[in-house]
Amino acid sequence: MKLTVHGREAYAYTGGKPFDPALPSIVFIHGALHDHTVWTLLARWCAHHGFGVLAPDLPGHMRSAGPALENVEAMADWLLALLDAAGVEKAALVGHSMGSLVALDAAGRAPERTTRLVMVGTAYPMKVSPALLDLSRTDPLAAIDMVTMLSYSTLAAKPGYPGPGVWTRGGGKALCRLVLAHQGDALLYHRDFLACDSYQGGLAAAAKVTAPASLILGVRDQMTVPKAATEIGTALKARIERVEAGHVLMAEAPDAVLNALRRSLA
Amino acid sequence: MPGSSDPGFDTLALHAGAAPDPATGARAVPIHLSTSFVFESSEHAASLFNLERSGHVYSRISNPTNAVLEERVAALEGAVGSIATASGQAALHLAIATLAGAGSHIVASSALYGGSHNLLHYTLKRFGIDTTFVKPRDIDGWRAAIRPNTKMLFSETLGNPGLDVLDIPTVSTIAHDAGLPLLVDSTFTTPWLIKPIEHGADLIFHSATKFLSGHGTVVGGVLVDGGRFDWTTSRRFPELTEPYEGFHGMVFTEESTDGAFLLRARREGLRDFGACMSPHTAWLILQGIETLPLRMARHIENTRKIVAFLAAHPLVAGVGYPELESHPDHALAQRLLPRGCGSVFSFDIRGSRRQGQAFIEALKIFSHLANVGDCRSLVIHPASTTHFRMDDAALALAGIGPGTIRLSIGLEDADDLIDDLKRALRAAEKAA
Repeated sequence: MKLTVHGREAYAYTGGKPFDPALPSIVFIHGALHDHTVWTLLARWCAHHGFGVLAPDLPGHMRSAGPALENVEAMADWLLALLDAAGVEKAALVGHSMGSLVALDAAGRAPERTTRLVMVGTAYPMKVSPALLDLSRTDPLAAIDMVTMLSYSTLAAKPGYPGPGVWTRGGGKALCRLVLAHQGDALLYHRDFLACDSYQGGLAAAAKVTAPASLILGVRDQMTVPKAATEIGTALKARIERVEAGHVLMAEAPDAVLNALRRSLA
Repeated sequence: MPGSSDPGFDTLALHAGAAPDPATGARAVPIHLSTSFVFESSEHAASLFNLERSGHVYSRISNPTNAVLEERVAALEGAVGSIATASGQAALHLAIATLAGAGSHIVASSALYGGSHNLLHYTLKRFGIDTTFVKPRDIDGWRAAIRPNTKMLFSETLGNPGLDVLDIPTVSTIAHDAGLPLLVDSTFTTPWLIKPIEHGADLIFHSATKFLSGHGTVVGGVLVDGGRFDWTTSRRFPELTEPYEGFHGMVFTEESTDGAFLLRARREGLRDFGACMSPHTAWLILQGIETLPLRMARHIENTRKIVAFLAAHPLVAGVGYPELESHPDHALAQRLLPRGCGSVFSFDIRGSRRQGQAFIEALKIFSHLANVGDCRSLVIHPASTTHFRMDDAALALAGIGPGTIRLSIGLEDADDLIDDLKRALRAAEKAA
């Protein structure tokens, strides 16, 4: 589905069905150097179980026109504008990693429009190591390798994402490389990491959130280790769901994440 | 795609895609000889069919044992994923059928396995798919042969039987400049010798019957997607970027940015054409892959000794092995294949066709049969067997003469193999 947001073309995946704003809406927001395809199984399930689904590519990522936005607050503004463009009054906001901060900030800016807040693979503050920040600027392909090492926790993720026969580490790397190359912004990874690292509005946003909140955390996550989500979880009075997976838990444990999401939306 | 972040090749060969079985604790990969898998509920069934959940439904489409093999080969290749097929030829057909249809065109190397050449030159024509063949070293020829309806460039990493080394970086650049993927047959090389994706190839297939299995016991294939090709910017592949009526208008590139090709190949190709692999076959190939690094090292060690012996023998007119300085691709092989150039190569006997036959019939350890990549050493006469459908011009284009003998070097003691060859060469000499 193509939309115009802040004067630029934006793309949102709708889960295999035309988007219907009359249904309860759910919005999935991807993380750094990812795109909407990290959500396809969950998005398809929701779209076929009574939700209107929007899983956008953030600006500068794959199908949504750039330039990439420089900080989480700008991404949250853009996300709320996307809801306007799609005719959505209220929505459940589900974000992964950097996208979880975008969901949090948007929920804080527009609590009356947020029906649920679900932060997947999250931490606050979401500090990025200086070494990785630097590597993402000087050698983004090496940064992709490093993040892959930290993001996947097993050599045998079952049942495979998006289906059997997929090597999840290879899929993770390939996705990042394609997103990096697609619009020719060699600094996209660096910009996304800077956005994570510099975001300081989490607790203020959490104080304004009125919707029920959940955190879905990978117990083997080395990028956003579960204990780093304790403070934001407390601030949000969030229910905590723990999944046997690493950072990209939607790919490593798709069924467990779906079950956790269903409980979070109930 | 593997870099410093990935486990090593030998570790992946043993562990990628497999963990102790959660139901039984079995450490080795179980053989799931089950056509189908029970649904937890009606809702679960519907969500599996509609790709809302990942899982196994029916073993023509996917199977837990096959999935281990598919993940393992993908890991070894540095790829996104792969699909196990009934044979290497089925893997090639699946690649082509996923991207091409009536009115499409392929540019292919002229130095191909005879079965692949036959598929492209004769069979696919009947389905409206034309192929232009170019010599693998003819870089300008690759570029010039591309048409508006071309769907892929295709070659073997090591051409059959002359071991023409494909300049993957250069040919893949030509392909990518035209918005096309490069498909390579890496059967002779396996990922132990070269990872084509690292050099620019986009799709790979293996006849897993050969080195991956390694024991001459099963027929199977694997089609691998590197996941680096951006189908959306190419604009040549509506098969992946436009709604597919066979699955409720699914747009494969919107479902998976990096795995769109595999998604269509599995959901259409395996479903409709049905050339799937038996789980028992997958298990046997997995057994082979677990020792692939050890076997390939020994294959190469033995091959180097035998190449040296033949190259110095007076009855041998020439040996086609790229590690020899006499091979036209010697420099390229040193760059792309530092671990070795495989264990399948050809040589020419000085003398008549009858002498060639006498040579083959005198061998005792080498088995005369139509296969390569076995742990046992093999021999064949290509012009009268694997490439017999090709006319003289096509044979010449592929570098095959009437006295060409192809060997596949196995894992026996190299001294015994050399003694066998010595005896057979003496027999050939006497047959003059």
